Amino acid sequence: MDESVRKSVLAAVPSLRAFAISLCGNVDRADDLVQETMVRALANIDSFQPGTNMSAWLFTILRNHFRSEYRKRRREVEDSDGHYADSLKSQPEQHGQVEFTEFRKALAQLPSDQREALILVGASGFSYEEAANICGCAVGTIKSRVNRARTRLAELLSIDGVNDFGPDEQTRAVLASGE
Amino acid sequence: MESAASRKKSEAKPAKLGREVQARLGQQLRAMYDDVVNQGVPDRFADLVSRLDGTDNKDKH
Repeated sequence: MDESVRKSVLAAVPSLRAFAISLCGNVDRADDLVQETMVRALANIDSFQPGTNMSAWLFTILRNHFRSEYRKRRREVEDSDGHYADSLKSQPEQHGQVEFTEFRKALAQLPSDQREALILVGASGFSYEEAANICGCAVGTIKSRVNRARTRLAELLSIDGVNDFGPDEQTRAVLASGE
Repeated sequence: MESAASRKKSEAKPAKLGREVQARLGQQLRAMYDDVVNQGVPDRFADLVSRLDGTDNKDKH
């Protein structure tokens, strides 16, 4: 393997793990997902076009692999959302993790397509175009998912200031009753 | 009442969030994400790449 390829694969690992944990909410499963992604990627390294974004290529593989696994598991475990929430609870609270517990719980309540769009754009630092390529959808779809995800998160976390920007009580009540 | 609520929900467009709210959400999201990123590359992944790389070389030579 080319040394630069090897380096760029390894350089993507921390971010791949963060993405995987955000997707499946469980560190052990996320690390397995990253490992499976790397095995696939390195087995198909010839299909990587030098000069393009290695990180985006690996994210695409991980995302697609997660999606197919997720669909399989969804058939096995009917309440996949409850399953996700449980997996969050079972994690030992590491140092510094406590403050993120509430945020992760809220994130877990988002539809998975909104969650992945928000993370790719809001945390991984991909452009809307790159995120659209990774998810195999239109740029406008990513923008809409990110907006919906942000709105829902603000509601779930009751972030102060929402009311400063519009009459949101009604939306809030409607969303709450939808639970 | 329930049907009215669900009807409203399906019609609801995402509310426009203020800059401040978006900034706070973004901050929390990145803090959570970076907490994992800052853990660096666990040994198992460095080992994995070396192992796969070694196999690759053996196949070629």
